[in-house]
Amino acid sequence: MLLIRCPVCEMDRPELEFRYGGEAHIARPLDPSKVSDEEWADFLYFRTNPKGLHVERWRHTAGCGRFFNAVRHTVTDRFVTTYKSGEPRPDLEALARKLESAR
Amino acid sequence: MSDATITAARRSPLSAEASSLGGVTLTPGAPLLRLILRGAEAAEAADTAFGADLPRRPNRSATAGERAALWLGPDEWLLLAPESDAASLPASLASALAQAPHALVNVSHRQTAILVSGSGVEPLLNAFVPLELTEAAFPVGMATRTIFEKAEIVLWRTGSAAFHIEVWRSFAPYVWELLEAVRRENAAN
Ligand SMILES: [Zn+2]
Repeated sequence: MLLIRCPVCEMDRPELEFRYGGEAHIARPLDPSKVSDEEWADFLYFRTNPKGLHVERWRHTAGCGRFFNAVRHTVTDRFVTTYKSGEPRPDLEALARKLESAR
Repeated sequence: MSDATITAARRSPLSAEASSLGGVTLTPGAPLLRLILRGAEAAEAADTAFGADLPRRPNRSATAGERAALWLGPDEWLLLAPESDAASLPASLASALAQAPHALVNVSHRQTAILVSGSGVEPLLNAFVPLELTEAAFPVGMATRTIFEKAEIVLWRTGSAAFHIEVWRSFAPYVWELLEAVRRENAAN
């Protein structure tokens, strides 16, 4: 079974306890009436969908119940790192280089 | 209808009695006072009022006499106490916490306990719980919300070979009967 490290519980936990929450670090426009339809549609519907490292939200639903963020590789399904909500987005290029050199 | 009286009798959702088989004892838990406390800022005031320090470390519990505080999240605790505290403890906690933002909810009737103990307890629980339950990985005093097949439970290790399961009432017969089925199977092998 895939194990995911919950940064709140500070331990690896089985995938079955988690729910996926979509791409992370997508900020809602502070004043929706001021943005164009295109910008609003972009916020609502358009995601990066990369082949490779993806920054995404997860929730430890059947555990501590908290949302957190993860960097997962969309090809290998490997979780590269997880971190608490509110912490800065990691440098994906540095992470990718680290993965490459560890191969 | 002015003379109508309301009586709320407490009935266990489990009809089975405590029993032992193949090194495992299953016991329906006695009624308890159960409170969910939310609010990190309320923890300090709750420590004194509850009489046991609410654990700040993830997935840990603290006990004082018959009272226990289980960490469920960074601002969420399950407080267990004997039913004899039911009249006084919620009120004394509420007044101690009056100055701190919090939510204190009495869930005594929402869930019930199943106590599982004996030498065969780890393999029995692992038929349905996806966590590693060796004492090194899940030591005495550890407590966490997790899943039990399709039910959500709180699993608390109270002894080297003893676990306390908190489960919502409507799921209690489901959890009990699954435990019973695997207990029989393990005993027959
Ligand atoms: Zn967690």
